Amino acid sequence: MSYTVKTASQGSRELIAFRIGEQEFCVNIMSVREIRGWTAATPLPHAPPYVMGVINLRGAVLPIVDLAARLGMDEAEPNARHVIIVTQVKSRIVGLLVEAVSDILTITDDSVQPVPEVSSDLEKQYARGILAIDKRMICMLDLNALFPDQESEAA
Amino acid sequence: MKKKVLTVDDSRTIRNMLLVTLNNAGFETVQAEDGIEGLEILEGCNPDVIVTDINMPRLDGFGFIEGVRRNEKYRAVPILVLTTESDAEKKNRARQAGATGWIVKPFDPAKLIDAIERVTA
Amino acid sequence: MDMNEIKEIFFQECEEQLAELESGLLKLNDGDRDPETVNAVFRAVHSIKGGAGAFGLDDLVAFAHVFETTLDCVRSNRLEPTQDVLKVMLKSADVLADLTKVARDGGYVDDARSRGLVKELEALANGNVPAAASKAPEPVSVAATAPADDDGFQPIPFSFDAFDDEDDAAKGQTYEISFRPRRELYGKGNEAALLLRDLTRLGEMSIICDTGTLPVLDQMDPEQSYFSWKISLTTEKTQDDIRSVFEFAEWDCDLEVKAAEPASPPEDLPMVPVAFDLSALDDGPFNIEPVQPAVDEAVAADVEATDVATGIANMAAAAARVEKKEAASAAATATVAAQNAAATSTAGQTIRVDLDRVDRLINLVGELVINQAMLSQSVIENDASGTSAVNMGLEELQQLTREIQDSVMAIRAQPVKPVFQRMSRIVREVADMVGKSIRLVTEGENTEVDKTVIDKLAEPLTHMIRNAVDHGIETPEKRLAAGKDPEGTIKLTAKHRSGRILIELVDDGAGINRERVRQKAIDNELIAPDSNLSDEEIDNLIFAPGFSTADKISDISGRGVGMDVVKRSIQALGGRISISSKPGHGSVFTMSLPLTLAVLDGMVVTVAGQTLVVPLTAIVETLQPEAAAIHSFGSNQRLISIRNSFCPLVDVGRILNFRATQANPVEGVALLVESEGGGQRALMVDAIQGQRQVVIKSLEANYTHVPGIAAATILGDGRVALILDVDAVVGASRGQSLKAEMSLAATG
Repeated sequence: MSYTVKTASQGSRELIAFRIGEQEFCVNIMSVREIRGWTAATPLPHAPPYVMGVINLRGAVLPIVDLAARLGMDEAEPNARHVIIVTQVKSRIVGLLVEAVSDILTITDDSVQPVPEVSSDLEKQYARGILAIDKRMICMLDLNALFPDQESEAA
Repeated sequence: MKKKVLTVDDSRTIRNMLLVTLNNAGFETVQAEDGIEGLEILEGCNPDVIVTDINMPRLDGFGFIEGVRRNEKYRAVPILVLTTESDAEKKNRARQAGATGWIVKPFDPAKLIDAIERVTA
Repeated sequence: MDMNEIKEIFFQECEEQLAELESGLLKLNDGDRDPETVNAVFRAVHSIKGGAGAFGLDDLVAFAHVFETTLDCVRSNRLEPTQDVLKVMLKSADVLADLTKVARDGGYVDDARSRGLVKELEALANGNVPAAASKAPEPVSVAATAPADDDGFQPIPFSFDAFDDEDDAAKGQTYEISFRPRRELYGKGNEAALLLRDLTRLGEMSIICDTGTLPVLDQMDPEQSYFSWKISLTTEKTQDDIRSVFEFAEWDCDLEVKAAEPASPPEDLPMVPVAFDLSALDDGPFNIEPVQPAVDEAVAADVEATDVATGIANMAAAAARVEKKEAASAAATATVAAQNAAATSTAGQTIRVDLDRVDRLINLVGELVINQAMLSQSVIENDASGTSAVNMGLEELQQLTREIQDSVMAIRAQPVKPVFQRMSRIVREVADMVGKSIRLVTEGENTEVDKTVIDKLAEPLTHMIRNAVDHGIETPEKRLAAGKDPEGTIKLTAKHRSGRILIELVDDGAGINRERVRQKAIDNELIAPDSNLSDEEIDNLIFAPGFSTADKISDISGRGVGMDVVKRSIQALGGRISISSKPGHGSVFTMSLPLTLAVLDGMVVTVAGQTLVVPLTAIVETLQPEAAAIHSFGSNQRLISIRNSFCPLVDVGRILNFRATQANPVEGVALLVESEGGGQRALMVDAIQGQRQVVIKSLEANYTHVPGIAAATILGDGRVALILDVDAVVGASRGQSLKAEMSLAATG
């Protein structure tokens, strides 16, 4: 399954929304390379619990991150219905394991609400904003904050 | 029939410039990278004129010219020396070795062709 | 090909010449006095100057010219290449490199520096040239017109468009020209006929040929010159223009040019005016027939300027010319073959290929290897019995794939020389900046390694060299006080060792100040104040993230980058780095890098249900441990006895945290490995699946360095398998550097 990126009109952008447990999240469609089904990953030694391992993506070695675990929720127990959202984070490509893709949204910038003060540190760190769509609450994720670039950290 | 020019120069830049200039002027061009290769190629390539550099590895221009002049078949072939040398002694040596004439680098395509026309029938 | 492409070639060539120049100068610096070394150095600068002139790169030409002049003094033994002289020359080589770079990429050079060096070079050239030969360096002309030369071997204005400057030349001035070639003229490939032809282009002309010295035919030496000519030329050109026609020949003839009264035909000599037939100059066998009557009958004739030519002139050169024609026909049959041969050798021994094309090929071959492995696997899975034809075909395919891969990889192998050469410049510059005197010695520069490794090696190596100059080597005063040579030495060596390239950087400086490093590590909370570390462990703390021993960040070692970044760059290349240091005597940095980043021969093993690849180069032997050979040692260490010696057992599954408790060695297989440190370890794995060449895939590209893992690969089933970093695993088994690696990984 793959999506063609459409050029969004001025001031608006397209997002891919997906589900983890009872919650919905979204990321900018521009950072999504493709969406593919779950395949078993090769575990990496000494990796943080949210790094499930690596898979072969047409010859490239792609790390798979259990987004639920990364966001501090219960670790996923992946099955065939899970999907991997292949995203570009700066110069790297990272696969995000989520339960299902729920929607493709076109939003305007002014429909993004700030993250409420009640949020925990973890959420404040990774959430860029909150969307209210059809009574659903969708949290917009900041991929760069989720996966800081190590090289720029080091330099 | 196209006139054939044998060029001997270790610089890839100059070899390419010679090739382009000579081909554009309608000459057939055969190239060697130093004196040794020049003498090897000479056999059987039967050039109408030879253009050679002086400073080259393995066998320099003087040695090459002497080699050509020692060769019964090619001792009368006109040889033009490509030179940036300002040293009179070097130039005299080239002449004594048997050079027909010379072209001062950086060469101008028109000058090169004129010089060649000049020493060939 | 257009001029831009040739210019591109020129800059490529410049890079090669600059490398040649620097390595030659360094050889001279080491006392090499081989004339060919001096020649090669001279040629390098000469070539750059020649090419630069063709593209009108004035600054480059001007500097190269001065440099070349001084080098020529060395070449002709007028200047002794002492260390001081070579120091100037090495700096000049650096400036030449800068000028080349600016010519290519734009930007600015340090004018003061290059001007200063020009002065130094000129001083060297002048100060050492004997008075007789001494002259100021010739002014450099970079214009299309070549410089006029005062010593005779001067360029010829070949073009005939020089009329413009000749307005003041007398219109219709007639010149009397007397031209008597000597035999040498013909011996050098000049021909009187051609000179006369060129002369006709200057104006109206009449020619009288003096055949007075011509002997009878049977006494004639075909190579002697018997004729001379009296020419009357009416032209608007100057006397110099006329002389310039004879430029190539003036040494080999008697030439007289003087202005004459228009009506004064030379009649007092036994001359034979000759009719010239231009057609005799055309191609075609030389025909002596039209010439002979001319000699016999002495026909006088006025000749049209346009059709002056000479069969007779040819006669003098007859022997050579006839021989040439004969040679031409004799060689005719061989010509085609010879042309082919010439074409082949013109192409030379090398071709230049765009790196992208090579990389594309390498990637494709990499995919081919994976596909071949997958095919083999599925054939085996689907047809366990297997027909021998299919198996043989698969084996051949595997063999071929392997050979293709090896050949393709060889394309990328390059000597480390260019990187090493860059380092010598850095040593010079940094040493100058900090007022130290340092010699860089390189060894094994021709050791070949994959181009990517070379490219990526430059940066960490530069950093290390700067560190060594800035922090490693002491000031001359301190060195003298310590009883050392005031000049420090940094030695950079490369060699192949067990399928890897080993690069060592040795300095004879002060060594690591362990007390200071330890204190710094405590201050930075890298280690606990009461921790008990070995000397080796303290030395290796300099690689810890964020560690920097310099109290203030210096400009030189710069930008706040520490040795941790160096270590990370080396690790990203699948390499390792370690340091050993002896206080007062210096430090040794050892880097071990893979020869290629693309493939590896590996043993595929199973560990705790995972498939791992162990580089074959690390494995000494494999053994099946017996219960009797296993001995417990200390709290949880186990040793295996192999031929009466004891070797520590390392459970790979435990080290990589794939299982919580150590496996039973008797149920697995031991791989006896030799690590970089030299010690042997028996690595326990659960089972061996087989041996295979695997395509190396970077983990760092999308993830980060994983301790104990060198890289990843894709196996026949399409799944990713990890490649074990044997040395890191062995290191971890010693309890050393594991924590640093772990903390590094935790940031990922």
